[in-house]
Amino acid sequence: MKKMAPDSILDVRDLTVKFFLDEGTVHAVNGVSFSVPAGRSVGIVGESGCGKTVSAYSITRLLPKTARISGEILFRERGGDITNITELEPDGGDMRRIRGKEISMIFQEPMSSLSPVHKISNQLSEAIIQFQGLTKRQARARVIELLQLVGIPQAERRVDDYPFQLSGGMRQRAMIAMALARNPRVLIADEPTTALDVTLQAQVLNLIRDMQDEFKLSLILITHDLGVVAHMVDYVSIMYLGMVVESGPVIEIFDNPKHPYTRGLMHSIPKLRGRRGERVEPIPGFVPSAYALQEGCPFCERCPMREERCTKGIPQRVQVGSEHYVCCHVYQPGEGEPDVVNA
Amino acid sequence: MDPNQAAIHPELTEPEVLKDAEAKVFYATQWQLMWWKFRKHKAAMAALVIVVMMYLGAFFAPMIAPYRADERHRGYVYVPPQKIRFYDEQGFSLRPFVYPLRQEIDMETMQRHFIEDPTTRVPIHFFVRGSSYKLLGLFPADIHLFGAEDGKVFLFGTDDLGRDMFSRILFGGQISMSIGLVGVFLSLFLGLLFGGISGYYGGAVDNVIQRVIEVLRSFPTIPLWMALSAALPPDLSPIGVYMGITIILSLIGWTALGRQVRGKVLAIKNEDFVIAARLSGTSEPRIILSHLIPSFMSHIIASLTLAIPSMILAETSLSFLGIGLRPPVVSWGVMLQKAQNVHALMMAPWLLIPGIFVILYVLAFNFLGDGLRDAADPYGN
Amino acid sequence: MLRYIAKRLLNMIPMLILISIISFIIIQLPPGSYLHTMMAELRAAGDQISMDQIEALRIHYSLDQPVHIQYLNWVKGIITEGNFGFSFEWNRPVKHLIWERLALSLVVSVSSLLVSWIVAFPIAILSALKKHTFLDYFLTFVGFLGLSTPNFMLALILMYISSVFFGFSVGGLFSPEYLMAPWSAAKVVDLLKHLWVPMVVIGTSGTAGLIRVLRNNLLDELGKPYVVAARSKGIGIARLTFKYPVRIALIPFISTVGWQLPQMISGEAVTATVLSLPTAAPLLLGALRSQDMYLAGSFLLLLSSLTMIGTLISDILLVLVDPRIRYE
Repeated sequence: MKKMAPDSILDVRDLTVKFFLDEGTVHAVNGVSFSVPAGRSVGIVGESGCGKTVSAYSITRLLPKTARISGEILFRERGGDITNITELEPDGGDMRRIRGKEISMIFQEPMSSLSPVHKISNQLSEAIIQFQGLTKRQARARVIELLQLVGIPQAERRVDDYPFQLSGGMRQRAMIAMALARNPRVLIADEPTTALDVTLQAQVLNLIRDMQDEFKLSLILITHDLGVVAHMVDYVSIMYLGMVVESGPVIEIFDNPKHPYTRGLMHSIPKLRGRRGERVEPIPGFVPSAYALQEGCPFCERCPMREERCTKGIPQRVQVGSEHYVCCHVYQPGEGEPDVVNA
Repeated sequence: MDPNQAAIHPELTEPEVLKDAEAKVFYATQWQLMWWKFRKHKAAMAALVIVVMMYLGAFFAPMIAPYRADERHRGYVYVPPQKIRFYDEQGFSLRPFVYPLRQEIDMETMQRHFIEDPTTRVPIHFFVRGSSYKLLGLFPADIHLFGAEDGKVFLFGTDDLGRDMFSRILFGGQISMSIGLVGVFLSLFLGLLFGGISGYYGGAVDNVIQRVIEVLRSFPTIPLWMALSAALPPDLSPIGVYMGITIILSLIGWTALGRQVRGKVLAIKNEDFVIAARLSGTSEPRIILSHLIPSFMSHIIASLTLAIPSMILAETSLSFLGIGLRPPVVSWGVMLQKAQNVHALMMAPWLLIPGIFVILYVLAFNFLGDGLRDAADPYGN
Repeated sequence: MLRYIAKRLLNMIPMLILISIISFIIIQLPPGSYLHTMMAELRAAGDQISMDQIEALRIHYSLDQPVHIQYLNWVKGIITEGNFGFSFEWNRPVKHLIWERLALSLVVSVSSLLVSWIVAFPIAILSALKKHTFLDYFLTFVGFLGLSTPNFMLALILMYISSVFFGFSVGGLFSPEYLMAPWSAAKVVDLLKHLWVPMVVIGTSGTAGLIRVLRNNLLDELGKPYVVAARSKGIGIARLTFKYPVRIALIPFISTVGWQLPQMISGEAVTATVLSLPTAAPLLLGALRSQDMYLAGSFLLLLSSLTMIGTLISDILLVLVDPRIRYE
């Protein structure tokens, strides 16, 4: 049996995902590792296209058929057994059981992720009936209870609505209820607030955090928004072009960012109390193609601290603090922290 | 319905990190993109080749056909298609040949039929002199692609009047395949005009045009076509009938296009680039011509391609029923009229060969249209 | 729901008026009238006919009145007493000629429609689920082939095959002994025995179109996020495919009844002529040729009304299956 850290519920090790398309092979995820301690929350942050959503979908094996997945995704079952998710059939019985009882997902688009022609009650109770063996009547009662829990007013009436009859925020709440209905132990939220108004975003994020406490969930939050991460999670992994470039406890990352990309991200957040006329610093250049694998550090073309060695060889993961890791040639194993100019 | 519903997680279906390909795509024109996409569609490419070949055949019909369309060959009524041979008991011959035919009467059934005479060969020559014609209507010529100098050659047999089916199919193609094109262009004109007006101005105009379209569409097409073509004066010249039928076909054909154009105009009317043009003082006709039409032209072309088959099917059906084109005009439908009863069919099943060309043509256009429709959406997928 | 149907029914009234006007105009389009046809026939038969007689006939058939009066009289007759006018050629009231033929047209068309649905449905789903496999390409090709073959061509081929290989002719809807017989159970059985040929012929072209519509719809739906979301709930693939995307792809499928019915009636028109079926189209064709205006006009009017009813039915079905329309 595989070994994993005693406190973690999910361990992703050296995950690699490739898409074989007509146009060529897309290297979407190149050796990503992170672990989720039971009951804690992990944020995965990066620009669109960095592979964060693909990583999340790998955990539930919901990737399209063109995807090839390798590496290990270890999951600790309720009984303590460890299952390697990458070895399961994507739609086989074991994987479906894990989806139905263990790992739930919340999606980006609450409208399109719900069937437009089925009632809320139908869509929410479906998995409960299948996996918890409840009768229709019991399942309905449970659905109403859940809708009340996620703060949908008049849940007894709303339960018979169709998704298009709900507002955007209500739909996302319903989606959260649908994820919770299965009584999962891990919740993956894929950009849960991107499609929502700013005022609703905070409400939904608070709801997710409350639900995490209520259900004692382990949470994986996928987002491009560092602000959301700061507010929500315990640990964070920064992804760039299919790789985790830096990871560690959220406070450590914010106080002491090491990777030039992380620093770039921090600088490109507009500050609420910034001086008028102060410019937000964008990261120069564009994300390179994922069709060709990079020879050197994936970030080197845009990196302000680029050196000769950066164009050769993928940087190793280096521990730079307690639980704080970074993948950058500037930081060599065994070397102390180099004296770098703050970019 | 939420427009976002169509949007899928881009990272899943097609990781949107296709930067290299994108760089090329950014600078390509719309037509280049369509061509790249179209090329990948093998069936559509094959269809394109077939369509081009069929049109070339019709274009050069007088040259390719060994005989004139109305040329009767005495004593050669209901000749079955002849086999082209390279080899027989007398050995191999590089020059293809056919056997001459001899008519016999079956004493039992009292039916005439042809038997081949294998003792002599009728060689087929290429670029032979035959009946004179004007190539492209301009240059007098009498060279035919192939022919039998001392005998007859009927690749697809002959009809009840002893006319060469192969030649007639080529000439018939000129009529049948042009009626689709002309009809579609008329429909395009009407569809763009009314659909454009309907979508662009909206309101009461839109309402009236939409009702008219609805009424026209609720007539079953064939009975309506029947009625309209019955209204063509019987003493109309062949060209008149041809034009009349074309107009009748497009009178109904434009409605589908009209609806589509209206939908596109409605969708595009409020796009940012059109609003920007309007804000910067561009005149309305200019907005329509230089902004609206180009932005949905590719879709229109794809739908046009898919509309051509229905035109030719309609022409063929009408002519077949005897209310479309009439002899002496040769079209595939007119030719098929000869196959209308079982007895003729039993005696000369090759009378159905023009139908095979209709099917081939329609099939090719369907594949072509399918490929174009996919290609018309170059950024999709 | 009831309000919606009532609204649609009210909407149909101006449409029907327009259709009746268009039908009447169309049958007035040919130069001359039935009298010319009759005169030509009589002359061909060697009979002499005097101008007085012609004038008498013209008045008898009200052909001397202005066109709009003729139209109003015709419509008035239809609404008040179900009288569709008089057929000059058959020398009988139109209403005695059309109903049985229309009913047979409807039987042939609707049964072809059902056949095409039953065939198209599983093929389209199979084709979409197995997309880009040999099976999909094969089924797509067969579909295109059906779409590209003119109905009469298929009818001719069937006729040829059945004559040459099975030695019987497939024309008509009834065996000779039932042709003039009154309706009975045996006659219905006989009808069913003959019905399959036109059903196959007419159904084929419709099937191909349906397969294309349903396959493309289903492919669109299969890529939508709610399918992934349903998978994320742990529901089995087969079950969720039928519960979600197939169910949703069926919605536009149902709305195709609207255009399928006129298409079937059109197809029936051609096929009926080839197979000499005793349905509306051959009679309509004859009436158009001899300018038997009330007969032709009534057929046009009623065939188009059938189409409108088809559209109405499909709209009602649509409301039943799509809550988004219901709550609009």
